[in-house]
Amino acid sequence: MSDPLLEVDNLRVAYPAREGGFNEVVRGVSFALDRERLGIVGESGSGKSQTGRAILGLTAPGGRVTAKTLRFAGLDLQAITPRERRDLRGGRIAMILQDPKFSLNPVMPIGEQIVETLRAHRQVSRRVARERAIEALAAVQIDDPERVYALHAHEVSGGMGQRAMIAMMLIAEPELLIADEPTSALDVTVQLQVLAILDKLVAERGMGLIFISHDLRLVSSFCDRVLVMYAGRVVEQIAATELHDAKHAYTQGLHNCAPQLGAARHPLPTLDRRPEWAL
Amino acid sequence: MTGSQAGLSLQGLRVVFDGFVAVDDVSFDVEPGGAFGIVGESGSGKSTVLRAICGLAPLAAGSLQLTGTTEPSLPGSKAFRRQVQMVFQDPYASLHPRQTVDRLLAEPLAIHGVGDAEARIERALVEVGLGSGYRFRYPHQLSGGQRQRIAIARALILEPRLLLLDEPTSALDASVQAEVLNLLEALRERHGLTYLMVSHDLAVVTHLCQRLMVMQRGRAVEFVAAADLAAGRVAADYTRALMKASVGFARQAA
Repeated sequence: MSDPLLEVDNLRVAYPAREGGFNEVVRGVSFALDRERLGIVGESGSGKSQTGRAILGLTAPGGRVTAKTLRFAGLDLQAITPRERRDLRGGRIAMILQDPKFSLNPVMPIGEQIVETLRAHRQVSRRVARERAIEALAAVQIDDPERVYALHAHEVSGGMGQRAMIAMMLIAEPELLIADEPTSALDVTVQLQVLAILDKLVAERGMGLIFISHDLRLVSSFCDRVLVMYAGRVVEQIAATELHDAKHAYTQGLHNCAPQLGAARHPLPTLDRRPEWAL
Repeated sequence: MTGSQAGLSLQGLRVVFDGFVAVDDVSFDVEPGGAFGIVGESGSGKSTVLRAICGLAPLAAGSLQLTGTTEPSLPGSKAFRRQVQMVFQDPYASLHPRQTVDRLLAEPLAIHGVGDAEARIERALVEVGLGSGYRFRYPHQLSGGQRQRIAIARALILEPRLLLLDEPTSALDASVQAEVLNLLEALRERHGLTYLMVSHDLAVVTHLCQRLMVMQRGRAVEFVAAADLAAGRVAADYTRALMKASVGFARQAA
């Protein structure tokens, strides 16, 4: 395969500022993604979620997205019609959001939401769609998928809701999955189960995965490659296994500031934010 | 803000909501000036223990009392509430969105009839590293870390002896979390405060606390010293599972 799955060159996202003009929140992000696990790490406000949303075409109204190249599997995402873009979303590119409490429809049974997603992208009968939805719930290790199919979002735990969300995003068999903090709202133990499911699916289906998170430790243990973002820019791109030799002071700072079991450091090292990082 | 220290003693605490036993027979002691942690997953009852201590959840059975203090007070009384203050998890939800920092900090002083509000507010802001420039801002004008500092200032302004910390850093970025943890540690040293901290993150709890309790389904599973936990000397399987989870994702060997 010559073309990468996703090619992003000089992506910029800007929102109108109150004083007039625009505030750039993503400032020239470039990367290429193949069928691999790419992590995007940064603090709140670093532009990591905006990058993911821009790829999907989900930038909030008023926002301005420009890029030299924004290409998915040979398709120029900036040239296609909104309708074609919509067909891609949920079909060939899917996104998992942070909190299942807010991203699931509260007044529709979980199973029917999965059926809806499938039927929006594939022409299948209701009966087949129902079977596929139950299979999908089973694939994310939900014990009693028939029962969960009929439940509403408020009747399931956070971990189960997030699994249902993953099932929904994967039912149309996307080629690219963007996961925006998929496990931040979950308990540590449940977090790992959800990651194991994602990991298995990526390996089995050969999907590309963009994993957006503020947790450098988690991302580096899960992804192949990590982009570190600060103030709308990629400050470092690094293989996950080489994180301990990070070159940029910001990456090192992020890596060091979390308390670690068995390493008593009082006080904890904090980030000394230098203005030149944001240039 | 110096004075006597207070510990806490909890005996057979039990909290029931509509027939559901959220906390079942939990007992522990926090020595005056100590830091005690509670870890567990959501629904394990760890936050409910804190809420029961400060009177936000009803006690079905059991007793609690402050120890080692020269000013004993009954749980639930005004004097008790002045000595025991709480910092909540989410600084986006625990500060009134339409009140300025000044008003947020003045309210506990007004409730407890403490004079000298001006100077105390100024001092509390300096104490948490913000300075008086933040005094007339609204919460939406502050970042998450700054908001949590305000929540800490609000708890400290009454000069309590015991601080209940309910996941004080889990809504914050890792870099900001380090700053808030350092602040909490410095404040404890400076004022001889006693901490009771709840978190799902073992590394955070062991960083701040010397002893901790692991909870699962409303019950105490294990009591362990932070040093033993760091060295892996734990007895319960559940604690071990939590420890494994805190390291990060480990791919199963295929």
